[in-house]
Amino acid sequence: MLFHAEPIEFTAQEGVGAPVWRGRAVDGEDLSRFAVSVHRHDGRLAALWGEDLRRQGGGYRLHCIFALEEGHTWVCLDLPADDPVCPDLAGIFPAANRMQRATRDMVGIAFAGGDQRPWLRHGAWPEDWYPLRHDTPAPPEGIGFANLPSDYQFVQVGGEGAHEIPVGPIHAGIIEPGHFRFTVVGERVLRLEQRLGYQHKGVEKRFIGMTLAEGSRLVGRICGDSTCAYAWAYAVAAETACAVEPSGRALGLRALMLERERIANHLGDLGALGNDAAFAFGLTQFMRLKEDWLRLNARIFGHRFMMDGIVPGGVAADIDALALAEIGAQCNVLVAEVKALRAIYDEHPGLQDRFLTTGIIDADLARELSLSGIAARATGLLLDGRAWRSDYEPPVPYAGLGVRPASDDRGDVAARVAVRFDEVFESLRLIRAIAGTLPSGPVRIDVPPTPGAEGLGVVEGWRGEVIVGLRLDGEGRIARAHPHDPSWQIWPALEHAVLKDIVPDFPLINKSFNLSYSGADL
Amino acid sequence: MIPLLKRIFRTGILTEPPVERSGEMAPIDRLHDEIIAILGRALTIREVDAGSCNGCELEIHALNNAYYNIEGRGIKFVASPRHADMLLVTGPVTKNMENALRIAYDCTPDPKLVVAVGDCGCNGGIFGDSYASCGAVDNVVAVDIRVPGCPPTPLALLHGILSAVKRA
Ligand code: SF4
Repeated sequence: MLFHAEPIEFTAQEGVGAPVWRGRAVDGEDLSRFAVSVHRHDGRLAALWGEDLRRQGGGYRLHCIFALEEGHTWVCLDLPADDPVCPDLAGIFPAANRMQRATRDMVGIAFAGGDQRPWLRHGAWPEDWYPLRHDTPAPPEGIGFANLPSDYQFVQVGGEGAHEIPVGPIHAGIIEPGHFRFTVVGERVLRLEQRLGYQHKGVEKRFIGMTLAEGSRLVGRICGDSTCAYAWAYAVAAETACAVEPSGRALGLRALMLERERIANHLGDLGALGNDAAFAFGLTQFMRLKEDWLRLNARIFGHRFMMDGIVPGGVAADIDALALAEIGAQCNVLVAEVKALRAIYDEHPGLQDRFLTTGIIDADLARELSLSGIAARATGLLLDGRAWRSDYEPPVPYAGLGVRPASDDRGDVAARVAVRFDEVFESLRLIRAIAGTLPSGPVRIDVPPTPGAEGLGVVEGWRGEVIVGLRLDGEGRIARAHPHDPSWQIWPALEHAVLKDIVPDFPLINKSFNLSYSGADL
Repeated sequence: MIPLLKRIFRTGILTEPPVERSGEMAPIDRLHDEIIAILGRALTIREVDAGSCNGCELEIHALNNAYYNIEGRGIKFVASPRHADMLLVTGPVTKNMENALRIAYDCTPDPKLVVAVGDCGCNGGIFGDSYASCGAVDNVVAVDIRVPGCPPTPLALLHGILSAVKRA
C-alpha cells in the first residue's frame, strides 16, 4: 500500500491496536521526501528513535513514526555501520529537533545539519560514549564517569532592557526538575528556552535483556501519571510482535482503566489550575474528588494508580459485577459534583480573567509542532486516537463507543480547562458504557515471545499520544524498547505559548499543559 | 458566590485521623503535638524530585488534600531548601540531578532531616544504578528515614515524616 503516492511500500501491522503500517525508506532522500509529503498533508511526526543492529549483521537503523489521517506509518531507514548519518528532519518537522539530538546522544547516529547541541547528555558521560550501542564499554569500575558540569549553549538574546531569569532544575513547587531560561523585558516574556534531560535515568538501556513481563513493570514507571497508557501501548507492541490477541473483556477492562486514569489526572489538574489562579477552593474540591477516585482504584484494581494492572496478554486481574456496579455509582456521583464545580469555575470572574487569552497557541502552530492530545484539541484540532475520523478506525473497544473528541479553538488556558472538563464528562460516559457492555472471557492469555519479532503500540493517553516500539532478540527478550511521550512535541509549544504573556502567568500556562519531564527524559 | 459557599458547607470537614500501621487510630492531633513538642513550630519540608517517574509526587500532592490535611497538622511545604527542616527526596537520583541535589542539601540549614521516598529513593527501585542513575538517595546525601512503596501511600508518607521528626 502507498500513501500520498510516495514510493515507500507499506504493509499493515496485524493485531487489535490502533492502525499501523510499516515501510522502509531506501535512503535519506527517500525518507525526507516522504516526510515532506506527510507535512504537506497535515500529518505529524509522532516519534523518532535509533537502534544499533550491528550485532545482527546490519548497521544502524532510524525509526520514524509519522501520523497520517488513516493512522500511523512506521518508516525505517537503514544506515551503514561505519558512518551512520541521517538527513536533518527538523527543517520539515520542528519536533524532530530534540528527538534527533537524543538519538545522537543515545545511539551515536548523526544528523546532517540542524541543532547539534546535546540533549539528554549533560556532563555525566563522555560525548563519544553511546549508551545504546551494544559494544559500548561499561563505565569505569566502581567510580563511574566523572559527573562534570556541562556548559550548555543557550541561545543569547540581546537588546536594550532584556535580561535573563534562569529557573530550575529544582522548581519551587512539588514538581519534576527541568530548567527554564526566560529572557524578559520588564515583566514581559521575550523568549523562553527549555533545557530538559534532568530526569534521564537510563530507561532505554534498562529495557535491554528484560523479559516481556519485566519490561511491562518498567514501562509502567516511566511516567507515573500515565502508567496505564504506557502499559497498554507496550502490551499492544508485545502482542502484535508475538501475534497474540487479548480477549474483548481484557480490552474493555484496559479502556476502563485508561479512562479512570484520564479522569484522575484531569481532576488533579483542574484543581491545580484553580489554585494557580489563586482560587484555593478549586484545589480543595477537586483533590477531594480525586482522592475518592484513587481510593476506589485501590479497592478494585489493587493500586491507587493501577500500576501493573495492564500486562501483555490482557490485564492482571478480573473485576466482578459488584465492582462494576460500584464504578457506575461513583460515576453518577462525580457527574453531579463536576457539573456543580464547572458552573462555579465558569462564573468566577477572577478565574476567567486569568484563564482567558493567556498562553495562546493556535491550530497552525499545533500542526506545525506535531502536537497531540489536549494541547492539540484545545486549538480546535479534532485529533483523538479513540474517535472515528473519515479514514481512521479507532481500536477496540473504542470503535464501538462513538467517542466524541473534546475541542475548543481558543487555544488559551481557558480552552485547555474546557477540554479537560468536557473530557471528564465524556470519559464518565465511556466508563459507564464499557461497564455495562463488558463481554465475558479470559482476562489474560499467555504471550509466548517470538524471537526477533517487532511491534508498535499507540494509545491515546490523558496527555496525548503514547507510543511504544519494541523489538525482541533471538531469545525472546527485549532487544530494544522505545517509549515515546507526547510531551516531546508539546514542550516546545510551551515555549511559544508564554510569548506575549508575563512571567507571573508562566506557572498557570505550564500547569494548563502539565507535561511530563520523566516521560520525555527517559 | 452563593453556590460556592453552599459547596464549602456541604463538603464539611473531611480530615481523617491518621491510622497507625497496626490498625489503631491515633489521636488526630498527636502528630501535630509531637511536631510542636519537638520543633516548637511547624515542620517545613522542601520536596526534591531527583529523578522520579512522578508517581511519588502524585502521592506527596495527595498529602495536601482535605483527607490527610498535612498543613492542618503543622507540616508545610516550602519553596526553598533554606527555609526547610527536612528534605523529602524522590527518585533514583539521576546523574543529571546529582549536583542539584547536593546543592539543595548544602543549602538546607543544620540540623536537617532527609527522608528518601519510594522504592526508587530507598534503593534505586526498578531503575537501579547505571551510567545515568546514582540509585538510592543515600548514595548522594545522608538519609535519616526511608519510606518504601511504589509509590508509598499518603499515610505511609505521613508516618515516615513523623518517624523522622521523632528521631531528631
Ligand atoms: S518509587 Fe515507584 S512511583 Fe516512586 S518514582 Fe519510583 S517508580 Fe515512580
